[in-house]
Amino acid sequence: MRHDEVVKGDTLHPGDPVIIDRYSTTARFNHWMTAASLVLLALSGLALFHPALYFLTGLFGGGSNTRAIHPWIGVFLFFGYMGLFFRFWKVNLWTPTDGTWLSKLHVFLTGHEEDMPEVGRYNFAQKAVFWWMGILIMISIASGLAIWDQYFSTYTTVDQKRIAVLVHSMAAIVMICIVIVHVYGALWAKGTMTAMLKGRVTGGWAWRHHRKWLRELAADEKARPGTPPATPAE
Amino acid sequence: MFPPFPNPPTTPTQARFGEGDLIRRSASSVTPPAQRQTEVAKLIDVSKCIGCKACQSACLEWNDLHEEVGVNVGVYDNPLDLTPASLTVMRFTEWVNPESQNLEWLIRKDGCMHCEDPGCLKACPAPGAIVQYSNGIVDFVHENCIGCGYCVKGCPFNIPRISKVDEKAYKCTLCSDRVAVGQGPACAKACPTQAIVFGTKEQMKSHADGRIKDLKSRGFANAGLYDPPGVGGTHVMYVLHHADKPEIYAGLPNNPRISPLVDLWKGVSRYAGFAAIGAFAVFSVLHSVVAGRSKVSEEDETNAKRLADHEGSNGSQERAST
Ligand code: HEM
Ligand code: SF4
Ligand code: SF4
Repeated sequence: MRHDEVVKGDTLHPGDPVIIDRYSTTARFNHWMTAASLVLLALSGLALFHPALYFLTGLFGGGSNTRAIHPWIGVFLFFGYMGLFFRFWKVNLWTPTDGTWLSKLHVFLTGHEEDMPEVGRYNFAQKAVFWWMGILIMISIASGLAIWDQYFSTYTTVDQKRIAVLVHSMAAIVMICIVIVHVYGALWAKGTMTAMLKGRVTGGWAWRHHRKWLRELAADEKARPGTPPATPAE
Repeated sequence: MFPPFPNPPTTPTQARFGEGDLIRRSASSVTPPAQRQTEVAKLIDVSKCIGCKACQSACLEWNDLHEEVGVNVGVYDNPLDLTPASLTVMRFTEWVNPESQNLEWLIRKDGCMHCEDPGCLKACPAPGAIVQYSNGIVDFVHENCIGCGYCVKGCPFNIPRISKVDEKAYKCTLCSDRVAVGQGPACAKACPTQAIVFGTKEQMKSHADGRIKDLKSRGFANAGLYDPPGVGGTHVMYVLHHADKPEIYAGLPNNPRISPLVDLWKGVSRYAGFAAIGAFAVFSVLHSVVAGRSKVSEEDETNAKRLADHEGSNGSQERAST
């Protein structure tokens, strides 16, 4: 069996229930820093997007501060996402199963996960979030730099800035929509939050949502703590 | 001759317009005053300008602004562009008239046009950072400005400049402080040829008519008034000898209007944006209500345990294949 779905650090602890380490402390830290910067960016950005939300500038110490801080949080987000990217890009690569999974999306949405193809560490929807966020963050950064007038005003023409600010706000909207789905997905599947909060999931969770990953882990001696594994009394 | 403004009285005078006369306020709504004040305007007669820059000096002087000592790059424009301190700049163009082969020296005083439909105000996200008085003056209120530079993107004339010192936007105020006490703008006061005059918009239009007739009689068949309708007209107008080609005057826009990109950004994109976010939120709520949450069952745990225990026994063989 190939081990495409396993990330360094994934560890299976046999027992009742089976416990699997899914996210290391650094991975979780990386994730939550990225998430926090996204939320702060969305709040500070939306404050300038519509007057009805201008009051959000109060969270950042007023309008001028909001304007000044926002792009810097963007820089922070960039590094946060890069960390996640290099950590997880491999297990987010497209596999033929993803196509099958997508074609049965309605089955998934109506709550019949047992009829879905077995997926690895991430399912199609999770991979889509991963890649789309990456693309949109890159778009936000490119367009954000073009309107970061405090430092870079002379690098673009006014017309380019007009396009950039429009692209920037639309990319932000799409990102916010994706974040909604992402958060909802994490809340919807019970046991998922523990993965990112405590770093571990139960075997049953993996069996239900990421069976291919579980199979690979189970088959992998290296993915078990301690050596050598005792021969289980059947 | 246009009758010059009398000198100001030495006793304090009541301001003629203020907060109560706002017809627009950026990122907020105002109750417009019951009665609009007479619209004012500044008329710049390009054909009369001799390029002496007295207006530029008067502007710095009145507004207590200090331009840095610059460098001469080989043209008369000085400084080369508007800056947070130079709210007006004379732009010089040497233009060969293709009909007469005459070299014409076109000198245009650049600065805020005080649009009736101001793109800067429309784009500004900070409540009250840009206001428009019922007499037509568009003014920046610096304590409300956050320095985002959106006004630069909104303006069809590329006028506002953000100061590196305090990160706030600056542009010509039409000397709102002088106009409030019955004076004309400092530039108009200083202009030795009356190329700049100030009064009510109607007065300025009729004065322009006379000027245009004169220019036409002297062979400038296309002389005309620049009061672009695309921005609802402006409260700074030009008399141009070649009003059919405003762009020859150092790129004065021909038929300016607020960029459609800005309209999109400040209009449809907001509704589309909130609709999309709302739709995703509603979908999530509905889905959780209809489909419920996904729970891991006892059976799932048992299956996982069986898999882990079973594979664990022959795991070493599996490892060999990695
Ligand atoms: C490196 C990344 C980023 C940079 C450099 C950046 C820069 C900027 C700049 C310069 C502005 C103009 C106002 C200001 O100066 O605060 C802006 C506005 C905005 N940003 Fe960002 N940003 C980045 C990432 C993001 C992200 C990830 C989001 C959303 C999650 C976002 C959402 C927004 C929104 C909604 C606006 C308001 C746009 C409008 O007024 O229509 N930005 N950004
Ligand atoms: S820089 Fe100031 S005046 Fe210009 S749009 Fe931003 S807040 Fe408004
Ligand atoms: S010229 Fe530009 S800065 Fe002046 S009122 Fe019009 S849009 Fe605003």
